Amino acid sequence: MTFLFYLLAAVAILSALMVVFSRSPINSVIFLIICFLSIAGHYILLNAQFLAVVHIIVYTGAIMVLFLFVIMLLNLNTSNEPHKSQLTRITAVITGGLLLLVLIAATKDAVLIQAKNPADYNIGLVKQIGQTLFKQFLLPFEISSVLFISAMVGAVMLGKKDSKKN
Amino acid sequence: MKDMSVALKFIPLDHYVLLCIILFSIGVLGVLYRRNTIIIIMCIELMLNSVNLLLTAFSVYHSDPTGQIFVFFIMVVAAAEVAVGLAILVMMKRNIDSVDINLLSRLKW
Repeated sequence: MTFLFYLLAAVAILSALMVVFSRSPINSVIFLIICFLSIAGHYILLNAQFLAVVHIIVYTGAIMVLFLFVIMLLNLNTSNEPHKSQLTRITAVITGGLLLLVLIAATKDAVLIQAKNPADYNIGLVKQIGQTLFKQFLLPFEISSVLFISAMVGAVMLGKKDSKKN
Repeated sequence: MKDMSVALKFIPLDHYVLLCIILFSIGVLGVLYRRNTIIIIMCIELMLNSVNLLLTAFSVYHSDPTGQIFVFFIMVVAAAEVAVGLAILVMMKRNIDSVDINLLSRLKW
């Protein structure tokens, strides 16, 4: 179990780095899929089975296909992206490293956190999640459907050809 | 399912915190480092996912399903955000024939 955790963590971090540093956008998408699959593996290790399945379906199945579709539709896979200047890149790396440092310093007391409730490893199962979602969080659930509808309408409106212009 | 082993029995919580911090920082680094808009959207997804993983780890640690519901809602928002973001990207490619983020600076001041 411990070995699996460190293996999945290493895969996630390395593929996340490859997303940032790989040349062509298609390679970035492939590495992002690998990263998301390893995060789904982490969910399974945490016994959050519902989230693992939803994560694979939504991210790897839907969102990444959308990315690939847009890249191929717009023919973006030419790596002729004009790169940022050396100074900007070094600044970006330094800023990211500083953020990492500050966050590590801010959370160094995470070792001291005590569990609030007695351990119950069944909370990630579909039954428990469904009970909580449809009892305690029914209104936010319905509101999120409104958010989805508005996002869909917005995407269609943005993607439509401007008839006045052409 | 009762005696299914859970990683948190063996792995201290701060390792999860460290992993999620590293993933989040890589996402921030990608947003600052690249100029391609589609990579920037992907890095935003990476940041959202690191937060999701940390919420799930704390939810399992405290035996409180509320955290996992939050993860569910974050996934909903991420899906909506990606749909709108990619629509903006398609429009940008159609109007100025580029996906360079630096060309979108007309709203700066």
